[in-house]
Amino acid sequence: MLHRLTISELTRRIARRECSAVEALDACLAQIDRVDGQIKAFLSVDRDDARAQAVAADKEVAAGGSAVGKPLLGVPIALKDVLAHKGQPLNCGSRILGKFVSPYDATVVTQLKDAGAVVFGRLNMDEFAMGSSTENSAFQTTLNPWDTTRIPGGSSGGCAASVSAGECFASIGSDTGGSIRQPAALCGCVGVKPTYGRVSRFGLVAFASSLDQIGPFTRDVRDAALLTQVLSGYDRRDSTSIPQAVPSYVGSLTGDLRGMKIGLVKEFMVGGLDPEVDAAVTAAVRQIQSLGAEVVEVSLPHSEYAVATYYIIATAEASSNLARFDGIRYGARVDGADPMELNSRTRGAGLGPEVKRRIILGTYVLSSGYYDAYYLRAQKVRTLIRNDFLKAFEKVDAIVSPTTPTAAFKVGEKAADPLQMYLSDIFTISCNLSGICGMSVPCGFTASPKLPIGLQILGKPFGEETMFRLAHAYEQSTPWHREWCPQSNLANAS
Amino acid sequence: MSDFNIHYIAKLARIALSPDEEQRLGAQLGHILGYIEKLKSADVTHVEPTAHAFPLVNVTRPDVVESSMTNAEALRNAPAHAGGLFVVPKILD
Repeated sequence: MLHRLTISELTRRIARRECSAVEALDACLAQIDRVDGQIKAFLSVDRDDARAQAVAADKEVAAGGSAVGKPLLGVPIALKDVLAHKGQPLNCGSRILGKFVSPYDATVVTQLKDAGAVVFGRLNMDEFAMGSSTENSAFQTTLNPWDTTRIPGGSSGGCAASVSAGECFASIGSDTGGSIRQPAALCGCVGVKPTYGRVSRFGLVAFASSLDQIGPFTRDVRDAALLTQVLSGYDRRDSTSIPQAVPSYVGSLTGDLRGMKIGLVKEFMVGGLDPEVDAAVTAAVRQIQSLGAEVVEVSLPHSEYAVATYYIIATAEASSNLARFDGIRYGARVDGADPMELNSRTRGAGLGPEVKRRIILGTYVLSSGYYDAYYLRAQKVRTLIRNDFLKAFEKVDAIVSPTTPTAAFKVGEKAADPLQMYLSDIFTISCNLSGICGMSVPCGFTASPKLPIGLQILGKPFGEETMFRLAHAYEQSTPWHREWCPQSNLANAS
Repeated sequence: MSDFNIHYIAKLARIALSPDEEQRLGAQLGHILGYIEKLKSADVTHVEPTAHAFPLVNVTRPDVVESSMTNAEALRNAPAHAGGLFVVPKILD
């Protein structure tokens, strides 16, 4: 059961020579062979490249490489198909990139490799990170390891499903409106969206540049703190990266919540919430109180505008960012009589329906005559939403809420109604608009079928230490993170 | 959204749509724009717009020449190239 260890447990074993990096990788690859025919988390795995990295890690261990200098030495970690990994394919879950091969490593990939990780695999996602279920992937729909008739969440659905199914020890995804926290909640793992500017976006294919942030999926909060620490820091190749020192996130896991003030959002306690999700989150809040934190009500009066604001700002930025997929410099091409016809045909054939919908919406809200009414107004409402959070954080150290209004939904359930799909992001979206940090931790299960429920913790800008301290203390006092999806779900893997 | 012209906006966005797609996407976008109308009820008087949560100004670096991708690397993913250049359809007659 090597593939079920946490990173902390694995690195301890590797350091003591109780297992090798190659054995850890082989355990992941064996699990992929057992279950991925069913789960469909991975788009591809370069086994030779991964094995070469694992062999190199074992050489370092033999030469005395320590966990202090390289905290991830020998740990297999997989990547969402939106991050550049030199020499590996990069498709963003889309057909338009054709046979694209990354010419360089994303900064986060360099950081992982410098920390000793074995970086491998391309994880499935909604095309260009637009979606909440992976149903918008041009290649396959990933399934939830807890119930394979259900979606794993999205857009980083492959990241969450692979960690929960034991196919990798952690994965790295991106979160623009909840794309890390929502799938983490629905698959029962930990997912972190760091503060905007905390982690370099160099080598992340841009969806909405003012909202995108990279973060980890892990099996427990300690691993999440460790990985966030590795990924954080200033990068001169990302001009929005913030030059602020990175504290010890692992060192912040004291287990002590005394004196901490936690906010419950008045506007989130309205209808539409599944009763079992409501009950699990209410119980989690009581648990946090019993650990010594004080719970108070806070108000985010402009919350009702968050989804509308997001779908103007995110689509406007996407329409601009995705203009680079023009069929000329890289990716697939459909020929035309002139460059404009070539562009239009290439994009018409290469992009899926959700991406087309969002680019067209973004083009419309930026177009002459509508800019002020839509885009500029949305940017102003964004200020109001952000100010609500900053005001709330004068009263409290962190805010807790459900991560999602319901547990995982059925494949196909919301696929025909884009607006319903958008509304499932209602609790996660305002975090990106405000630029604050947020994460999801497991906080229970529905009864039948048994599906994971996530607790969202939102922290102040650069308030990761407090966020992790709260998440860790809660997690360590509850059994949820130790539960595994039933292997019987995965037994009929092809 | 009576003035939302899907055909015109798709042309601005450089996306060729089939008549069937135009019809389906147009209806869905009308529905989404209806929801977005909600923003009109927010009072934004005297509110400054936010473009980035943490605006950094004048991020500069020393103007020093550094190595970058080679020509061959830059062309490696191109759908068509010749003579070290990207190939595009004729622009001028």
